Amino acid sequence: MSAQPVYLDNNATTRTDPAVVTAMLPFFTEQFGNASSMHAFGAEVGGAITHARRALADLLGAAFDHEIVYTGGGTEADSTAILSALETQGQRNEVITSAVEHPAVLSLVAHLEKTGRARVHIIPVDARGRLDMEAYAKALSERTAIVSIMWANNETGTLFPVERLAEMAHGAGALFHTDAVQAVGKIPIDLKSTAIDMLSLSGHKLHGPKGIGALYVRKGVRLRPLIRGGHQERGRRAGTENAPAIIGLGKAAELAAAHMAEEQTRVKALRDRLEAGLLAAIGNSFVTGDVESRLPNTCNIAFEYIEGEAILLLMNREGIAASSGSACTSGSLEPSHVLRAMNVPYTAAHGAIRFSFSRENGPEDVARVLEAMPPIIARLREMSPFWRERDQHTAAFNPTYA
Amino acid sequence: MWEYSEKVKDYFFNPKNSGILEDADGVGDVGAISCGDALRLMIKVDAPSQTITDARFQTFGCGSAIASSSALTELIIGKTIDEAMGLTNQDIADFLGGLPPEKMHCSVMGQEALQAAIANYRGEAWVDDHEEGALICKCFGVDEGMIERTVRTNGLTSIEEITNYTKAGGGCSTCAEGIEGVLERVNAAMVAEGLLAADRAFHAGVVPLPVKARKVVRTEAPAARALSNLQKIRLIEETIAQIRPSLQRDGGDCELIDVEGNRVLVRLTGACVGCHLSGATIEGVQARLVEAVGVPLLVVPVSAMH
Repeated sequence: MSAQPVYLDNNATTRTDPAVVTAMLPFFTEQFGNASSMHAFGAEVGGAITHARRALADLLGAAFDHEIVYTGGGTEADSTAILSALETQGQRNEVITSAVEHPAVLSLVAHLEKTGRARVHIIPVDARGRLDMEAYAKALSERTAIVSIMWANNETGTLFPVERLAEMAHGAGALFHTDAVQAVGKIPIDLKSTAIDMLSLSGHKLHGPKGIGALYVRKGVRLRPLIRGGHQERGRRAGTENAPAIIGLGKAAELAAAHMAEEQTRVKALRDRLEAGLLAAIGNSFVTGDVESRLPNTCNIAFEYIEGEAILLLMNREGIAASSGSACTSGSLEPSHVLRAMNVPYTAAHGAIRFSFSRENGPEDVARVLEAMPPIIARLREMSPFWRERDQHTAAFNPTYA
Repeated sequence: MWEYSEKVKDYFFNPKNSGILEDADGVGDVGAISCGDALRLMIKVDAPSQTITDARFQTFGCGSAIASSSALTELIIGKTIDEAMGLTNQDIADFLGGLPPEKMHCSVMGQEALQAAIANYRGEAWVDDHEEGALICKCFGVDEGMIERTVRTNGLTSIEEITNYTKAGGGCSTCAEGIEGVLERVNAAMVAEGLLAADRAFHAGVVPLPVKARKVVRTEAPAARALSNLQKIRLIEETIAQIRPSLQRDGGDCELIDVEGNRVLVRLTGACVGCHLSGATIEGVQARLVEAVGVPLLVVPVSAMH
């Protein structure tokens, strides 16, 4: 490809902002001290970490800096939150979560259920990916240790009413945790004005480095560390501080705060233009998720009668990067659990493509995709046995097994 | 991103024989939209010679499904029906220069579509007996359905037995948790169906530490077998000849290069090259040789010389 590649897979990961890299570099070679050390090498690093923690706390609207506990990533933060709650909540042994969570939560709670360490309630969603509030209210009880429901869904961008969900959880005496890995940096957050007890985030989703994340733990919420050892993070997460990454995440948080308005306006407009253009140019396609309440950067479009991996391979040849909830891209046999939870028909779920923008995208990216997609979709549909018979494909296509 | 061979990529980007074959003599439909892949194979057959003169496909599926479908048409055009019936999914995968283990089912779908199309041509009904599940062992491409069938058929109750019967878990062994899950579930179902005594069923829990089998290296040669150099080399040759067929079944081979005192130089070829199990293969060859020859021997692999 001679043209610049078009990267529209920012929900998978983002490019580390060059300013972030610049901020990190001195902490590898010049200021390499251990933040816990008494000497000057350590003290300078300690000061930089304090500054970075402040920047991240500001992005989240946390009341206190020490509410931030750095972790190795979003997954570790999720595990820490849920496992801790099962220890600190006395006799309460139930976990409530949603059917569309990230595997970081769903795999963990499935394991807890299997090994008899928790009873798990999985709350369903409707066709637009919105939480079944009635089922949620019913599941809450004096046995609920913790509720863990994501702030924004990674595949569709659908936002969950976490402020309200948190208050309902408190009504039942349960802790409330949210996996906000996709939300932090994309939408304004002010934790001090909410009842949210714990929140997970990941550095590399907001133009920070990989391998760093954080768990916000509201002051007063008891925490049992997942990793024990030294006194780092006030005894809540042992292990020498990953100083370069912490400082990089601090810089990324500052940049995200500075670009927050742009995310809601310019980036959102790009997303909307792409979405409207694709829907107008390509028939038998539709947007999945809750279009009225979702992240400004994400759109997930299902193209019927074709398969996602084939679409991505052809897009890749045009230099366009996106992702798909198709079974074949993950090596599993089932399409995305998120789309299946929303009852998106199989005719469409396999052909769902997620486009996720960031502040680094421009109008030329949208133009490129709008030009490339219609022939790709047409080509694969021409090859599909279901396309021409789409009105009566169940009657005409009679596989020996179904 | 999958590691597709250049040939898979080529057959996906430039598929041959895609489209509808008007007046097809045989049509085979397999797969379903719910499974994420489906294939319709259409064939034209010259009745007197029973030769497939043309073939086309339509595929709903991923890159390797489309490439496998196209490869299938290339493989069968010009073949007689009987020749085509002998085609296996491995032939399709080999034609494409290999498929990732997670994608082998695409080649299976090709083989099944062919059988269905031929059955349709012959006016027979084709019954599929294939079911698949999530891939458990990536080293050997063993899926959940395969493990479940083997456990049920043979009444297996341990991970080791599953490895012996299916190879699953015999490579990097990181899938042990997955195998345990399947075994526990299937054993529990068998107990409920009265097919297995409850006390024999597998329960995940305390798993004994894997004990590495002691290497069969004898320090003392049995006195009765004082072999001449020539006899020793002949015995080594014969023993290696006995081992080779089992290596060849897995696409590998082992060749005797030289014997220097107690050092046996061999060359591993074919699939053994670069296989992460080649160390185990060497150990196995050594154990067999020591047993047969009765003297301590060290098997040394030498790299291919050109």
